[in-house]
Amino acid sequence: MKLTVWTYEGPPHVGAMRVATGMKGLHYVLHAPQGDTYADLLFTMIERRDHRPPVTYTTFQARDLGSDTANLFKTACQEAVDRFQPQAIIVGSSCTAELIQDDPGGMAETMDFDIPVIPLELPSYSRKENFGADETFFQIVKSLAKPQARTERVTCNILGGTALGFRHRDDIQEITALLYDLGIEVNVAAPLDATPADIARMPAAHLNVLLYPETGEMAARWLEKNHDQPFTKVIPLGVGATRDFIAEVGQIIGRELQADESRLRLPWWSASVDSTYLTGKRVFLFGDGSHVMAMARVARDEMGFEIAGMGCFNREMARPMRAMAKEYGVEALITDDYLEVEQTIEALSPEMIMGTQMERHIGKRLGIPCAVISAPVHVQDFPARYSPVMGFEGANVLFDTLVHPLVMGLEEHLLTMFRDDFEFHDAAGPSHHGGHSPQPVEADPAPAPTGTDVMVWLADAEKELKKVPFFVRGKARRNTETYATEQGLSQISIDVLYEAKAHYAR
Amino acid sequence: MNVPLPPQSGGCRTAPVLKERGQREVFCGLTGIIWLHRKMQDAFFLVVGSRTCAHLLQSAAGVMIFAEPRFGTAILEETDLAGMADAQQEIDREVARLLERRPDIRQLFLVGSCPSEVIKIDLQKAAERLSQTHAPHVRVLNYSGSGIETTFTEGEDACLASMVPVLPETEARELLVVGALPDVVEDQMLGLLGAMGIDNVRCLPARRIDSETAVGPNTQFILAQPFLGETHAALVRRGAHHIAAPFPFGDEGTTAWLQAIATEFGVSPATFATVTDAPRARARKAIAQAAEHLGGKSVFFFPDSQLEIPLARFLTRECGMTAIEVGSPYIHDTIHGPDLDLLPAGPQISEGQDVELQLDRVRAARPDLTVCGLGLANPLEAEGLATKWAIELVFTPVHFYEQAGDLAGLFSRPIRRKGLLKMEAAE
Repeated sequence: MKLTVWTYEGPPHVGAMRVATGMKGLHYVLHAPQGDTYADLLFTMIERRDHRPPVTYTTFQARDLGSDTANLFKTACQEAVDRFQPQAIIVGSSCTAELIQDDPGGMAETMDFDIPVIPLELPSYSRKENFGADETFFQIVKSLAKPQARTERVTCNILGGTALGFRHRDDIQEITALLYDLGIEVNVAAPLDATPADIARMPAAHLNVLLYPETGEMAARWLEKNHDQPFTKVIPLGVGATRDFIAEVGQIIGRELQADESRLRLPWWSASVDSTYLTGKRVFLFGDGSHVMAMARVARDEMGFEIAGMGCFNREMARPMRAMAKEYGVEALITDDYLEVEQTIEALSPEMIMGTQMERHIGKRLGIPCAVISAPVHVQDFPARYSPVMGFEGANVLFDTLVHPLVMGLEEHLLTMFRDDFEFHDAAGPSHHGGHSPQPVEADPAPAPTGTDVMVWLADAEKELKKVPFFVRGKARRNTETYATEQGLSQISIDVLYEAKAHYAR
Repeated sequence: MNVPLPPQSGGCRTAPVLKERGQREVFCGLTGIIWLHRKMQDAFFLVVGSRTCAHLLQSAAGVMIFAEPRFGTAILEETDLAGMADAQQEIDREVARLLERRPDIRQLFLVGSCPSEVIKIDLQKAAERLSQTHAPHVRVLNYSGSGIETTFTEGEDACLASMVPVLPETEARELLVVGALPDVVEDQMLGLLGAMGIDNVRCLPARRIDSETAVGPNTQFILAQPFLGETHAALVRRGAHHIAAPFPFGDEGTTAWLQAIATEFGVSPATFATVTDAPRARARKAIAQAAEHLGGKSVFFFPDSQLEIPLARFLTRECGMTAIEVGSPYIHDTIHGPDLDLLPAGPQISEGQDVELQLDRVRAARPDLTVCGLGLANPLEAEGLATKWAIELVFTPVHFYEQAGDLAGLFSRPIRRKGLLKMEAAE
């Protein structure tokens, strides 16, 4: 048993729902008790979907256990097929049904439907949501994809987009347009918006573009092995990565590709003098492995931030994450324990968090701005406007996303100059944000005492530290303590504070 | 006249009930933790369950309550499924760790879930053992909020029922008000009762463990929520006497509810009128404003919280609406009878759910307002039906006079909004 307060991922059958809900013409018959229908609201409320997820829940109760849960499943399955007339169904168990071992897959296969029945085995007590989506999509592709000739023109499939994904809707549109400009048509984008019939014709494409390894990699690997379709490894998120991605696609199809970059603005926005203040901002990144790794490159190489730390909640990405973190000179945090992430952020006291909705709350608590860059998502991660994060327009969006939470350049200086002004005092927060009010925010989080070497701040030094603007105060405190430790000091005076400032000057 | 008259055409108490069984689009009983942990300020709810349970609590909360959530899930892993002796030790370890970190916790609820019930983890044994270990500082109780046994608000029922056997015994003639109410509403209620001279009032659940809530043969209890069947039975077993009444929604419901208490405690009609006349007039005025948009409109209730019957009574009698179907997950005659008596005959009363068949009916009826869960609301809106999310009726203060206008407002807002939005080009 493991005590959990908040989770980054749902159970694996929710991953299967993300695939089923993203697709059209597919129905999911889920052997599950009453209450598991809560998952419908993730799609209808958070994503504002105007249809119910195509899921039938068998809704067994305590009194059914040991008597006829199996019949209940068969009835529900038959009624779902009759009512919704899907092109194919996927069947499986939620966590509770897994325990009663009714074998929905086996039962459905004996029912002689004239449509494909795809059984799912999703171990609820060892795996999670992303695995569930990845495995489900893989099983669907494996069952439905048919050997066939390649299209005459060069085409590709786009893999991994699901319902409830972070900006999947717009990313797929952006990358589809980018590929079209390069002369490559999209054969099928799946699972998002694809039908079972579309899945069947996936092998006609010349290559696969894998945008979301978390939810599409197993299918990509299977298609590579069984249908000889190479897949792209670079995720086109950020300017450099998008250029690398174009080069990779070119290499696969054996053609030099030239993209139209006329709409790309990030490079100039980042180079322009107003952006100088972004230099060396310390950021902490956390989310799913793919988004964090791609965003770390954007943060360091395209925004000029300093990476204070990075990590992911999906253990599947631990290895590449650790390798990249090492290259960036930090240690990777691989955990799905929200409290551990919070402690790490508190200890590192970055100037900005690039994280998920969970980190947004951590940031709110600690007074650190946060830009959301990854699932888990909430309703505000589904904006009405077109807002991709991939491709060239995605890069433009990212610049805005990463600048918005910060105090802007000149305002930062004004805060430093007039820190006790009644309107401009630093507790008020950035002036372009709502809630800009003179109420004091939570005091600096006291750094957690570490073992015996607890640093004592003398009153004067503590008072002086308060004069440092809030958005760098955490850093100043941390640097000063590190410096004092290095110098073998146990007390911090004003002098030590300023010596540390000089030491870390850049 | 303080006792509302049954409709001339007859009520719904003897109307045939359509009982259905199929897919249910409702939450499980764990969801009650979302409001119970805010109500009981020294309680922690530890669900013994799966990742699904944790995900449900997080999703149902809508916004995450990051302040200091006093609930969590001990997630079962594959190792837990193998051996049962292990599970008890695991619970002990997690609870010890939790109580060490949170010394403010005075009552701990071990909450059973579907998986813990199916693999038969004995949480009662665990609660008894842990109560001994951590007494007197912490009291440990258990109940099941599993979906295989409880529907949404039945989780609160199971929780309160688990507290009844451990309430201290009393011989005092006291009024016990049962059901979690928002503090502000509870205070209003205590104010009204106090003004009538009824001061010996206790609440279940109490805000803290050391409050003076007790029960005995002279306890008169009244339910503030219509989903407390098990708690009702547990209190009767302790010798307490139930005051039957319609539920305190709207002017009529609140007045009838208070009148039932007043009659029991011998409050004079004059005192009753002095206390209730002014808030009653305010309630009527506030309801009238919202009812402007509701009069003559039809309403269809999907089953959700068991609040449906009393709310249908309020909407039909005080807001001028017509009920087409009133669905409730469960109907208990002892509890819902007084409201069914007052609900004008006409609507289909239904119990249980087959959501697909019910959706067929709502599409055929095309009501002006459909009250349903969050999973159905947007899809029905997309079909042109105005909806009210049922969960808001549970999370919002809606009881008694001062909230009667807000309650009507919850229903009128979707209808007003539908009228407000105009996207066509100007002519």
